[in-house]
Amino acid sequence: MRLIGDLSAVVATALFIFALYWMNDPKTARRSVIAGVTGMAVAVLATWAQPGIIHHGWIVLAIAAGFLVGVPLSRVPLTAVPQRTALSHAFGGLAAGLVGIAEYFLWLGEPAGTHFTPFRTGALVVEVILGFLTFTGSLMAAGKLQEVRWIPQRPVTYPGQNFVNLGVFAAAVGLGVAVVLHPTAPWSGQAFIAIAVLALIFGILLIIPIGGADMPTVISILNAYAGLAAVAMGFVLDSKLLVTAGALDGSSGLILSIIMCRAMNRSFTNVLFGAFGKAQPALASGEQKAWKQETVEGAAQLLEQARNVVIIPGYGMAVAQAQHKVRELYDVHTKRGVTVKFAIHPVAGRMPGHMNVLLAEANIPYSALVEMDEINPEMPQTDVALVLGANDVVNPSARYAKHTPIYGMPIIDADKAKTVLAVKRSKNPGFAGIDNELYTLDNAWMLFGDAKAVLADLVKQFSSGGIH
Amino acid sequence: MTDFGSMLFVFVLATFIGLGVIRRVSRLLYTPLMSLTNAISAIAVVGSIVVAGAEYPITIRVLGAVALFASMTNIVSGFMITNRMLKMFKKQ
Repeated sequence: MRLIGDLSAVVATALFIFALYWMNDPKTARRSVIAGVTGMAVAVLATWAQPGIIHHGWIVLAIAAGFLVGVPLSRVPLTAVPQRTALSHAFGGLAAGLVGIAEYFLWLGEPAGTHFTPFRTGALVVEVILGFLTFTGSLMAAGKLQEVRWIPQRPVTYPGQNFVNLGVFAAAVGLGVAVVLHPTAPWSGQAFIAIAVLALIFGILLIIPIGGADMPTVISILNAYAGLAAVAMGFVLDSKLLVTAGALDGSSGLILSIIMCRAMNRSFTNVLFGAFGKAQPALASGEQKAWKQETVEGAAQLLEQARNVVIIPGYGMAVAQAQHKVRELYDVHTKRGVTVKFAIHPVAGRMPGHMNVLLAEANIPYSALVEMDEINPEMPQTDVALVLGANDVVNPSARYAKHTPIYGMPIIDADKAKTVLAVKRSKNPGFAGIDNELYTLDNAWMLFGDAKAVLADLVKQFSSGGIH
Repeated sequence: MTDFGSMLFVFVLATFIGLGVIRRVSRLLYTPLMSLTNAISAIAVVGSIVVAGAEYPITIRVLGAVALFASMTNIVSGFMITNRMLKMFKKQ
């Protein structure tokens, strides 16, 4: 039996590594799911078949409930994928936290604390802290992304916030150390529960000051935490399979976090403790240049004369669910022999890769999706840069305005295109609260309105025969 | 009893494999990557099965069953939505 367990763990680990390996190319990526599902099935069946498992009804019920919730969650519209992802980090954290609590009280019930070696107790404390802070933190993030009414969307900051947050965290760690030193003392049961409660509170406090533009980074960090919680659980349960799978998840979250941080020119600690939203600097120069508004007809004429068009999508495209209209515009132009490319900023949208998935949903070939570093050298030859609900990622102030929070952030050089057309819902500044000087450039024209409606009007201009 | 040395060893090696493999993942696929790794790390399900299904006090088993439900939700929705997204990248 032991041998079967070990073998199945090795097979599952190998399949998980293959699953990630095949993600290096969209052509092989669908094998990833097959490998992952097979690995998971092997691991679950081998565990379930152990002789110690006797309450099969409970397992069947819990699994059935998992399907009942999981299937609808996998069918959400793709614009809601960020909140689904945050929710699944929350579930992962919850599972780790609950198993941690269960294990602690199981060990406590055994004679003379044979299980409580400092290493395992330490791992248990880490599992519970990471698990529960990931649980509430991810729930908060999901709530903000879903725009739940009673969770403030804007970053909420108050004086001494970091002090309070770190205080709560330090209290949890301090209690953790006490439990590791005295795992079976009369008070350690309560102390252990207190650790869990403090971690739950810390998760909420950590996400309160986070705003929408930071979400790609925060979701990646929570992903890493969820993975590390699984690793700690592996240490507790003495399972190499859990340690390996958790480490794979953790390293994925870590790499994505680093990429997102770099794309915003910020550090980890700055994202978590820097409260992007509160930095609202007064504009250095009082001089306000006016925006030039363009009509749909005028915009269509500009596009008609273009040979090279670059579309720069942002969160506004996702909010307006405009990806299918984008596809229509893409078709109209490619049919006329115009080159249309999409410039994808790493942090455009609300999670890593958000724009790619939305555009792929609308059947836009992925060869047309170009990363920021590759598209920027082409921008000066571009006739029209169509900015679609993106804002901070095309703001030229990032290059030199040292007093702004976006200073140093790499941007897509929309301003270098011959003409800029920007579709924008309102005249408000972007998330960072900074005016975007791209819109006031001599070669820039604004189209105000919902991205989907504006694009529908544009496509109509081309199809109604007004323009050939 | 637990052999800490070998557990840490496994952790470090797995992390390096993870970093090496993930760095090569196509930038187009970061969103499905996240849902895939999410489903994979729901391997925590094996811990939940033991806690929920073994001969333990009922309160412990309730905790295990809730954990099992949470992990199973991640496995099902994680793999299904990954598959759904990857299908969109296949046409070409």
